[in-house]
Amino acid sequence: MRDVAVVSFAYSNVARDASHNETEMIVPVLHEAVAQSGIAHDEIGFVCSGSLDYLQGGPFAFVAGLDAVGAWPPVRESHVEMDAAWALYEAWVAIQTGEVDSALVYGFGKSSPGDLHEIMALQLDPYYVLPQWPSMVDMAALQACAFLDADGATEKDLAEVAARSQRNAQENPNALRKGNVSADDVLKQPVTHHPLRDADIFPITDGSAAVVIAAGDLARKVSKRPAWIRGIEHRIEGHGLGVRDLTQSESTRAAGAAAGVANGKVDVAELHAQFSHEELILAEALGLDATKTSINPSGGPLAANAVMSAGLVRIGEVARRITNGAADRGVAHATSGPCLQHNLVCVLEGE
Amino acid sequence: MTDVFTAQHVIEYPGGYTRSVGPVIGRFLTGLRDGRILAVRLADGRVLVPPTEYDPATSAAVAADGDHWVEVGPRGTVQSFTWVSQPRKGKHSLDKPFAFALIRPDGADTAMLHVVDCGSADAIRVGSRVAPKWRAERTGSITDIEAWLPLGDGEEPEPAALHVPADDEQPVTGITVPIRLEYTLTAGIATTRYLKGLGEGKIIGGRSPSSDDVYAASRGTDPKSGEATSVEVEVRDTGVITTFCVVNVPGLSELAPEIPYVSAQILLDGANNTFFGLIRGVAVDDVHMGQRVKAHWADELKPDHTSIQWFEPTGEPDADYEIYKDYL
Repeated sequence: MRDVAVVSFAYSNVARDASHNETEMIVPVLHEAVAQSGIAHDEIGFVCSGSLDYLQGGPFAFVAGLDAVGAWPPVRESHVEMDAAWALYEAWVAIQTGEVDSALVYGFGKSSPGDLHEIMALQLDPYYVLPQWPSMVDMAALQACAFLDADGATEKDLAEVAARSQRNAQENPNALRKGNVSADDVLKQPVTHHPLRDADIFPITDGSAAVVIAAGDLARKVSKRPAWIRGIEHRIEGHGLGVRDLTQSESTRAAGAAAGVANGKVDVAELHAQFSHEELILAEALGLDATKTSINPSGGPLAANAVMSAGLVRIGEVARRITNGAADRGVAHATSGPCLQHNLVCVLEGE
Repeated sequence: MTDVFTAQHVIEYPGGYTRSVGPVIGRFLTGLRDGRILAVRLADGRVLVPPTEYDPATSAAVAADGDHWVEVGPRGTVQSFTWVSQPRKGKHSLDKPFAFALIRPDGADTAMLHVVDCGSADAIRVGSRVAPKWRAERTGSITDIEAWLPLGDGEEPEPAALHVPADDEQPVTGITVPIRLEYTLTAGIATTRYLKGLGEGKIIGGRSPSSDDVYAASRGTDPKSGEATSVEVEVRDTGVITTFCVVNVPGLSELAPEIPYVSAQILLDGANNTFFGLIRGVAVDDVHMGQRVKAHWADELKPDHTSIQWFEPTGEPDADYEIYKDYL
């Protein structure tokens, strides 16, 4: 295995970007990440992006992202119709092949132009589930209900997660929902999607993120403290909701074990928990102890969740804390599919 | 910039999106049409509903026929639920608030997602007993069950109205699902400026900060370098045909003229990218690469693509190949 590290990271979130088209939204973030990386734009070996055409409602909408990359002379490029955390996985594999030493990874998406919660129904079983149009939030709420019923956790536990997210987010300029709120404040809100409140549900976010990763000596040359990827794994479960055990996340547990989460202390964890209960399920699956690990210090997806880049942001947020010395070792998680169906775990470490 | 253009956009599959369901799902859906909930017993003894073509644990194939097919329900138990206070018109089968629930039919080991019509969120809990309310007219769809209704102790489920098959009725082989998504798209700063230019009889592009190249009708970047184009530049409405296509297919768009007609890429004077346009005012056979053309503007200019109706030859001598060879 080649040593690969995150050497730069940039991202931007707003509630609704009504001024810019997707290309214009990506440009500043992408160029900031490249500039920070210390690697010349035309020396980056591979470009990989993650986005979702249904967010723009047009086939091959992702191609517009290339106008922000600059693709002349032609570049090695790929795209995943998934969160860009999976684009980073592909880029990591590309570096492992030895063909390239660096990669630019970016993700983007505007959730505001359409009805995101409804659009996400299109990823569901088309025979038994899609014809009934459960929304993304309905699906999550079914998992939350099953989890609370089985685990003994309460709505107060969910509110604690939501409130801490908003408190942590106060120091994050890219967070949308933030404030010095308590769990009791959250519990005063009405339940909108039993058993969830608005504070338990991520805010609609438009945004983009970009990361540059580099191998061995190149990473050491351009970064004072590269955030080394010690393990990166992803696992998926079947799609049949009634077949899965929704009260826990076996795929996260398996990915975390394979990535080596337990092989050292975890100073920081950024979890792609788009709903409060998901953080509790994920922390359990990864064996995280909230008294020893700072979970979602950025505020996490409950503070801002630009679909298709929010998973990559988790990796960037952990990498940044390693590079600036705030943490030595951390875990980033990204998810895809309904009710935590598909999970990626990345272990990052400083030297 | 507050006056960026937006546009309403709809994705819709007219008549619905049609899918073949295959023999396993088809048998389940045929069962629903008959007013029965069918399931399959897997190798480990578990009863799976709704059935899939494979064992979810081992991925072994599930046969479409055999005595592993069993009937489950109609009573069931709610495993998990959420409340939908605002039904979505044209999507949800009920037009009043309802619950989505994972329901395990009696005799099954798995749950199915469905709708519970119970009046209020307080009338359902994990463990609630429910039974299907069947539609009278059933087509072989998951929505042949209109909803599940709460079932009191000792209460009998309402039986499905008898399905009377037509003489030539076949097992269910397909479903059609209406899909409609609505968007409000943002043109962005560069595209809005370009569109406004069209309304003023101008073609507006942007200049690349590093190469001085000008890109007309761009998304706000130099697509070669990815840099934002920062300066607005008007390019001319004359140019050179770089390549073209004679269209012999009718009805490609509302704006398309009668066939045969020519669509072309045009290198506008002052631009470093090509521009799409129709070519008219010349016999189809006389259109050629290097031909000089000029935009024909509509009498009424609007900030959209209808302002340039077509391009037509200027009669100037053809451009040298050298001028447009890098734009092919």
